[in-house]
Amino acid sequence: MAKELKLMKGNEAIAEAAIRCGADGYFGYPITPQSEVLEHLMAERPYLTTGMVVLQAESELASINMVYAGAAAGKRVMTSSSSPGFSLMQEGLSYIAGAELPALCVNVVRGGPGLGTIQPSQSDYFQTTKGGGHGDYRLITLAPASVQEMYDFVELGFDLAFKYRNPVAILSDGVIGQVMEKIMIDDYKPRWTDEYIEKNCPWAATGHRSTGKHRIVTSLELEALKQEAINNRIQAKYRECEKNDTRYEAIQCDDAEYLFVAYGSAARICMKAVELARAEGIKVGLVRPITLWPFPTQAIKEIGGRMKKIMSVEMNAGQMIEDVKLAVEGKVPVEHYGRYGGVIPTPVEIFEALKKMVK
Amino acid sequence: MAFKGALVIDTEKCKGCGVCITGCPNQCIGLSKKVNAKGYNYLEMTAEDKCIGCASCAVICPDGVIEVYRAKE
Amino acid sequence: MTREDIIKPENLVYKRTPVLTDATMHYCPGCGHGVVHRIIAEVIEEMGIQDNVIGISPVGCSVLAYNYFDIDFVEAAHGRAPACASAIKRLRPDTFVFSYQGDGDLASIGCGEVMHACNRGENITMIFINNGIYGMTGGQMAPTTLEGMETVTSPYGRDPKIMGHTMRITEALAQLPGTYYVTRQAVYTPALARKCKKAIRMAFENQKLNKGVSFVEVTSNCNSGWKMTPVQANKWMEENTLKYFPLGDMKVDGKFDPKFIERVATFDQPNETIFSLRKK
Ligand SMILES: Cc1ncc(C[n+]2csc(CCOP(=O)(O)OP(=O)(O)O)c2C)c(N)n1
Ligand code: SF4
Ligand code: SF4
Ligand code: SF4
Ligand SMILES: [Mg+2]
Repeated sequence: MAKELKLMKGNEAIAEAAIRCGADGYFGYPITPQSEVLEHLMAERPYLTTGMVVLQAESELASINMVYAGAAAGKRVMTSSSSPGFSLMQEGLSYIAGAELPALCVNVVRGGPGLGTIQPSQSDYFQTTKGGGHGDYRLITLAPASVQEMYDFVELGFDLAFKYRNPVAILSDGVIGQVMEKIMIDDYKPRWTDEYIEKNCPWAATGHRSTGKHRIVTSLELEALKQEAINNRIQAKYRECEKNDTRYEAIQCDDAEYLFVAYGSAARICMKAVELARAEGIKVGLVRPITLWPFPTQAIKEIGGRMKKIMSVEMNAGQMIEDVKLAVEGKVPVEHYGRYGGVIPTPVEIFEALKKMVK
Repeated sequence: MAFKGALVIDTEKCKGCGVCITGCPNQCIGLSKKVNAKGYNYLEMTAEDKCIGCASCAVICPDGVIEVYRAKE
Repeated sequence: MTREDIIKPENLVYKRTPVLTDATMHYCPGCGHGVVHRIIAEVIEEMGIQDNVIGISPVGCSVLAYNYFDIDFVEAAHGRAPACASAIKRLRPDTFVFSYQGDGDLASIGCGEVMHACNRGENITMIFINNGIYGMTGGQMAPTTLEGMETVTSPYGRDPKIMGHTMRITEALAQLPGTYYVTRQAVYTPALARKCKKAIRMAFENQKLNKGVSFVEVTSNCNSGWKMTPVQANKWMEENTLKYFPLGDMKVDGKFDPKFIERVATFDQPNETIFSLRKK
């Protein structure tokens, strides 16, 4: 397939990837620092070319419910927002998971709580990986660390969403959303045809009753035993997802004595800190979780188990550290280093924190 | 031209709400003293010869209980 | 002529439509939801669109509407049916799409979604069952609850000074340029039910024109919430509800009905009618 090199902002890459991977619809509401997703889509007008629907909804409540219904009708649909907007979407995400629908939701995180700041943050880790909405469900969560990954994770996100019939989140932040990088983009792929959807999504309420039976998309089951059975089915999917689709990257871990665990832009900064530390003879490696749920527990247990100490570097007050600690089961000391409220840590300050930990 | 009507009442689906009775122009239906499996006094014909098959009862029945036939007398 | 002589296929004048499933509806005896379901199903049958229609059910007593229609259905979160219907219609423009909502769902928690779907002029049909109360959750006050009416959350009657005014949301929606057909109907007499069917038929046919929202309010009863027998409730509705929510078209083919314009001109007058559901 023909590839093309392009200079793009992370948010634009999300939009461009959606058009090019053959998405059917985007529904969103403006919020800094992710508004370029909708802006880029409106400027590109894919409804005139690929037929992709783009709609500025009246709120994030509306956009997530538009995504819910679009997915229910068998379409590849998505939304994007930033923290306060993503909070508004939690009920809808729970419905999407409960009705077992595939959907893609991007959160370009900004610092909170409350209206907080428009500066980058990773303080929505708990919300995204532990639930956020009500009920026993999980969001499959992809954490891009580059503009290229912003682009690539859109199609990957749709693939995982349809594979497990579950919502997928791309948990990004204002750094990755706003930074411009050169990326490789794909040729346009066609959108799914109605025939393809009828054949491959027999659960979808397409309106056509092609199976001869009416199809119902709902998250309601009043009988407790039946609701438990639905939960069991959903949990079984989650176990499969943990087994098959946990992703991470291990950087310079083979000879390492210390380990950073960091994702997204914090991981990018840690790569620099690894260089600084190694130049001074401190053998430090980095594990970068790519899926935050499922979390690379096994990998961190194995790699982290060999270390003297681990540092969870996050742009928050200490959220992922809980999963890192669970992974190493108390066998290795784990510390947290974080800046928050929109502050981005520098490689030097992370290196200084590492030196303190090593002492 | 005079018409004569007849009803087929799905008594098990009837909830005995009586709404249809108020809609009948000829007072030919009423609730039975007997009840169905759900415990509702179901609808029955009380004056068969007066029914003209206008279906007024059927179009306001919330539960789609009544089937209506009409023939020329 | 005996009964057997009459009951022959050629004499059939009314039969339950096959677009309804065989399931017995869970609604209370005499509830208007059932009548409106039946009418919608009949319209779908008559238009021959059973294999090209998607319904959106709300949260409210009609949450399980999907069990009663033999058509594809999506159950929406509380209040969000218009957003759902908007998305589906845009993604599947050749399919007939309708939302079905109660007054708590549409006028309270979903007020934003219905306003904006109407304002965007989505090419969909909206059915709105206004029974002036939250039926499903046990008879609490809704935005449409009449002044003075007793509910479990306005046990001394709705006092607009502290509980807000009775909301004429349909009148508000009629003023939006995105609505093409807006009407208020009822189904408690045979004549009204037949008229309502014509309105719902028009609301579905309009989707072929691609001219915006077709909105049918059905002023209905809630026997359980109002604590009345079905027949009493219909009488009470006629004597009280319909004074504040008069039946009739507000907008047809994108044009205001002259009577509607006259009526809107009186909306700045104080509400003279104080209703009382039932004194304890
Ligand atoms: C987010 C949310 N809030 C509250 C509820 C509880 N709830 C269920 S139905 C309902 C009111 C429904 O009333 P209405 O829309 O008038 O429908 P009716 O039952 O009267 O037909 C409420 C408040 C809910 N399901 N979801
Ligand atoms: S068909 Fe007409 S006359 Fe006969 S019972 Fe029904 S309403 Fe009465
Ligand atoms: S309206 Fe229907 S449910 Fe009610 S009494 Fe008549 S037949 Fe029975
Ligand atoms: S509670 Fe009211 S609205 Fe609900 S089914 Fe009963 S009568 Fe109908
Ligand atoms: Mg209601």
